[in-house]
Amino acid sequence: MANQNVKIVTLVIDGKDVSAQQGQTIMQVAREAGIYIPYMCHVEGLSNIGACRLCLVEVQGQRRLLPACTTEVAEGMVVTTNNERLRKYRQMIVEMMFAERNHVCAVCVSNGHCELQRVAQKLGVTHVRMPYLHPKLPFDASHERFILDHDRCILCTRCVRVCDEIEGAHTWDVRGRGTESRVIIDLDQPWGTSESCTGCGKCVNVCPTGALAEKGRATAEMTKKRQFLPYLTIMREEDWA
Amino acid sequence: MTLEELLQRAAEEREKQAAFRHTIRVCVAAGCLSAGSDKVKAALQAEVEARGLKHTCQVKGVGCLGLCSVGPLIAVDDAYCRNVTPEDAGGIIDRLGDRPAERLYLSAEMPFFARQQKIVLENSGRIDPERIEDYIAADGYQALLYALHEMTPAEVIREVTESGLRGRGGAGYPTGLKWSTVAKADGGGQKYVICNADEGDPGAFMDRSVLESDPHRVIEGMAIAGYAVGANRGFIYVRAEYPLAIQRLRAAIRQAERAGLLGNEIGGTTFDFSIAVRLGAGAFVCGEETALMASIEGKRGQPRPRPPYPAESGLYGKPTLINNVETFANIAPIIRKGGAWFAAIGTEKSKGTKVFALAGDVQNTGLVEVPMGLTLRDVVFDIGGGIPNGGRFKAVQTGGPSGGCVPEQYLDMPVDYESLTKLGSIMGSGGMIVMADTACMVDVARYFMEFCMTESCGKCVPCRVGTAQMYGLLTRITKGLATAEDLQLLEDLCDMVRNTSLCGLGQSAPNPVSSTLRYFRDEYLAHIAGRTCPAGKCEMVADPEKEVA
Repeated sequence: MANQNVKIVTLVIDGKDVSAQQGQTIMQVAREAGIYIPYMCHVEGLSNIGACRLCLVEVQGQRRLLPACTTEVAEGMVVTTNNERLRKYRQMIVEMMFAERNHVCAVCVSNGHCELQRVAQKLGVTHVRMPYLHPKLPFDASHERFILDHDRCILCTRCVRVCDEIEGAHTWDVRGRGTESRVIIDLDQPWGTSESCTGCGKCVNVCPTGALAEKGRATAEMTKKRQFLPYLTIMREEDWA
Repeated sequence: MTLEELLQRAAEEREKQAAFRHTIRVCVAAGCLSAGSDKVKAALQAEVEARGLKHTCQVKGVGCLGLCSVGPLIAVDDAYCRNVTPEDAGGIIDRLGDRPAERLYLSAEMPFFARQQKIVLENSGRIDPERIEDYIAADGYQALLYALHEMTPAEVIREVTESGLRGRGGAGYPTGLKWSTVAKADGGGQKYVICNADEGDPGAFMDRSVLESDPHRVIEGMAIAGYAVGANRGFIYVRAEYPLAIQRLRAAIRQAERAGLLGNEIGGTTFDFSIAVRLGAGAFVCGEETALMASIEGKRGQPRPRPPYPAESGLYGKPTLINNVETFANIAPIIRKGGAWFAAIGTEKSKGTKVFALAGDVQNTGLVEVPMGLTLRDVVFDIGGGIPNGGRFKAVQTGGPSGGCVPEQYLDMPVDYESLTKLGSIMGSGGMIVMADTACMVDVARYFMEFCMTESCGKCVPCRVGTAQMYGLLTRITKGLATAEDLQLLEDLCDMVRNTSLCGLGQSAPNPVSSTLRYFRDEYLAHIAGRTCPAGKCEMVADPEKEVA
């Protein structure tokens, strides 16, 4: 495994000197250093898309905020992951996620095990200032083992990526634009009628909220297992090497 | 075709044209066509034929003559005729060589024509866009063959850099710098050149006109770019809503290929360059470069974070040069006349000219090209002829949904990248919408926000939800339902969406709101505190208590 060509860089994150391999992202290095950066669309083992914007950080000398999940470290980089401005933006982003669809924690299968809930608590989001958009959305229970509840979906597209990149089925995709965007099965059909879905359940387990869940779970009963992902990713990397 | 053969063909065509004593040019770009200019052209041709003037007077279809508001527009030798109908044909031929009838006559001396300076549009309204011979007679493709035979790629880039040309798509990135970055990138043998013709700003039609009026100019610019950066494949991404532009572009590519000016071994050199047209399916966000490239690759048209920039990893992961239509349209004259010539036009930091689509509450709507540094007042009042029907000027909106509104007190600011940015607007691609005092600025901001909301691709949260929230707040304001807290929230959202969105669409979506808040805050307050619309445009809800509940 030892790779002679790996270059090592040093950088500063929140005043802390850290070392990293070139090619690592700010997110990875921060995690190793025990620095928490909130995220929602990122999940270890899948490609990063920089879409939820929760992991935006300040990098000295850069005019714009950069997503920690897609930005690679560089020698001498000075990164700030947490200050008043970033906290304010992150709080508003979480508020917007809640306001976009119908997130009612009290009756959600994922209550207590929900990543959106956890991030909101960590960021100190106690209430939502903006009006809820309350869209009318369908519910798909046509699959024999799983349910899809658009009311809880935050469009992080983890399901789309895990299905494409790990399972190789590409059952999931996204249709529509803006707030009309919606995750879809195959050609926008009921899940139960999908011919590409293998029923592996990876999408359910990477879903951060209660949008994808197993059938037969009552309120607060849906816990997700995500350990398979890093394991599968590492196994594949070794195979290819 | 070698340079000598090209010059030979140009001379032959010029000789042929010089044989005509009179030339009647009929605009056959989309604006005048929709007003029936094809029938006018047919009537004029029939009249010429019937009188046996076929060998002394030529009637040709040409690109945009500029003053779209009085189409169909034709030019009889050097005089313009407006609102021409097929019935006018006889009278026009009667007076050949004389001044046209007073009802039709428009002097070429009027400020609208006289104050323009044409580089990009030098052939628009002069040549037949469907004939390559006409373009060649107007020195077309000389720059390409000259560059291929006499210049190294580095020299071409040096010339473009020296010209000071900046990207005409809106952001104003130095073109020479972009070219040299792509030229230095290692593509492992494959690089691409893309022309962004996905013009989508409401009220903007510069790129469409250039493609309809002078498609070969864009092709020549792209081929020169391909030579300079080391790419042999080009794509033109043009929106499907421009059928005429697409048709002419495709015809032009075929003609150029047949003439040996595109394809393999261009001009007898070892340089190969081919161009394919790709159609956009109507998504505004596909004008963003990374979304555009995803769309060409057949993927969902969504942007991705940069870096890596297209110059390093673009189309199919290869180094890609992506420029706007108008940028490419400037290249041939720069190579022909030299970078220094171009750099002498315009202001210190903004060189050359800019094409604007003048629209809204203004006398002369149409397409204009002016040197950078002209004041907004000159463009709106002198060239544009001011507000019709004795109305009062209120603001001019530049840059489309990413731009802002400039009020009267800044009308004497020069039109260049830096000045417009300082005013809270942007140069943008060239849409310029003039508004009279009948326009409600909150309503204008709401209009543009609705546009951004429906055009947001939905990938990142701030743009997807933020624009919807801002649109909701603006709607509340225009209905007289908003409170002071709503205004505060609107301002917070502007700041957040601008700084956290993934691509330019979201980052600039708050601009119409922030610029109107900056210059017309009293109008917002009148809606909120006074529950009245100063312009009399918005209808207030009669009973706010009921509505809120």
